[in-house]
Amino acid sequence: MERAAIVGIGQTKAAGRFKEFNYPELVYPAVVAALEDAGITIDDIDNVITTSNDFWDGRTIASMATGDVSGCWDRNISCVEGDGAFGAFYGMCRCLSGHYGTTLVTAYSKGSESISAYITNAAFDPIYVRSLGLDMVSACALQARRYMDRHNISEEQCAVVSSKNHRNALGNPNAHLHLDLSVEDVMGSRMICDPLKLYDCSPVSDGAVAVVIANEDRARKIGGKPAWIKGVSFCMDNYLLGDRDLAEYSALEKAAKKAYAAAGISDPRKEIDVAEVYDAFSYQELMWTEGLGLCEQGGGGKLAESGATGKTGDIPVNPSGGLLASHPVIAAGLIRIAEAVRQIRGEAGDMQVDKDVRTALAHGVNGVAGQSHCVWILGKE
Amino acid sequence: MSNVWESVEPRVYESQIKVPYAWQAGETASRFLLTLKNEKKFLGKKCPKCAKVLMPPRKVCPYCFVETGDWVDVSDEGVIETFTVARRDTGIMPLKPPFVYAVIRLDGADTGLVHLLGEIEPGAVRAGMRVKAVFAEERTGKILDVEHFKPV
Ligand SMILES: [Zn+2]
Repeated sequence: MERAAIVGIGQTKAAGRFKEFNYPELVYPAVVAALEDAGITIDDIDNVITTSNDFWDGRTIASMATGDVSGCWDRNISCVEGDGAFGAFYGMCRCLSGHYGTTLVTAYSKGSESISAYITNAAFDPIYVRSLGLDMVSACALQARRYMDRHNISEEQCAVVSSKNHRNALGNPNAHLHLDLSVEDVMGSRMICDPLKLYDCSPVSDGAVAVVIANEDRARKIGGKPAWIKGVSFCMDNYLLGDRDLAEYSALEKAAKKAYAAAGISDPRKEIDVAEVYDAFSYQELMWTEGLGLCEQGGGGKLAESGATGKTGDIPVNPSGGLLASHPVIAAGLIRIAEAVRQIRGEAGDMQVDKDVRTALAHGVNGVAGQSHCVWILGKE
Repeated sequence: MSNVWESVEPRVYESQIKVPYAWQAGETASRFLLTLKNEKKFLGKKCPKCAKVLMPPRKVCPYCFVETGDWVDVSDEGVIETFTVARRDTGIMPLKPPFVYAVIRLDGADTGLVHLLGEIEPGAVRAGMRVKAVFAEERTGKILDVEHFKPV
């Protein structure tokens, strides 16, 4: 396969409410930072992929509204509706198509400007489901219960994830929440949808992120510290919750298997140095570490309890604090990619894991309760 | 950045998007919903390839990418696969919290139905419990013609 690399990353701080910027304006500082980071100008960008969701933006054909702040004028631009990791997949494909040497990928949302339950409720089928009032939190609670029952996962094991990630976020200057939470703090937080308590759930944040992807030729010319794309794949499960066994994650397993095969990874636990996974809820980090093959099925709780996924563990997961500390919807998966790039470069500051990072994993999710998964393997060379 | 608001105050434009829709249920869901309304019965549809009984019924099997075949009667009783107690009022709920959502596998179906539980203390609900549909007095051909499921 032709090679491509991520040559620039930029993001805004995630926040509960950005008043200084309206929602398209929020994208601009992320794009400027990504270009600066790559050491290029907007003139070096051959095409642009924006990632957004019209409901979150409150505007249809939202990509048109963020064109100006993404340098789209007079350029080829397309939009991916969903999570930023999927937008980046399309951006990479365009670089590999031979038509474009570089793609700028953006992802953003301002959750503060709407009501998340209204928006996620509209994701459900209007004939069979929507009038029940289900939203992302209640649907994921159904998944959490099913998964925890199947594998005897305790609420404490989920709380370990939340405490770890919130404490990791203390070292992340871009994080929305900086909370020094203990397992007891998480366990003592208010029940939202059993078994999910307040601190088992990610916040809804404002934030934007941008990355520059380049094909090999252009990446060599740009220089800097490219993070090479070693393997990437995504896979989707069924739409209706009742069509899925919510304790299972076959779509993630399939996506991971393909990404690992492309990257030549046979033992992910040993060969992946750090993973940034889509922990929209604490239990999801447990499920996804299983689905990614970092431990055996049902072993996510024990893996977290052992400390292995801590910043100094043998397979650090979410040293940035993950979504539990910052969740700009749509941007979250692309932020995982940016964080993985930082780790590979050794530029993650207080988040940097305690080993030489040669291979990093980034993971994005689209749809309700992990319906669709996108797995990225990035490497130093 | 911090003193931006010394010379100008933040303006917020409050609005909402309100778009009327009229979603056609289609032939398959229409038959299912009318049977709920008129006969208080659940119908599933069987996939000719994987033999799964899909309930609620779909025109196309989500597993096999083939058109589903025969209509199959499904029981109004089944088992709770998973559940949650919704405790925070989101403003779009059909009941006042706390109340219980569940995925219920009806006898004779191979897929689950997301619905509401009633006539039980939220704290007493467990996966594996058997439940039965309670139909609304006034039925209009909607999924909420089933008011909730109650313990058997
Ligand atoms: Zn089938």
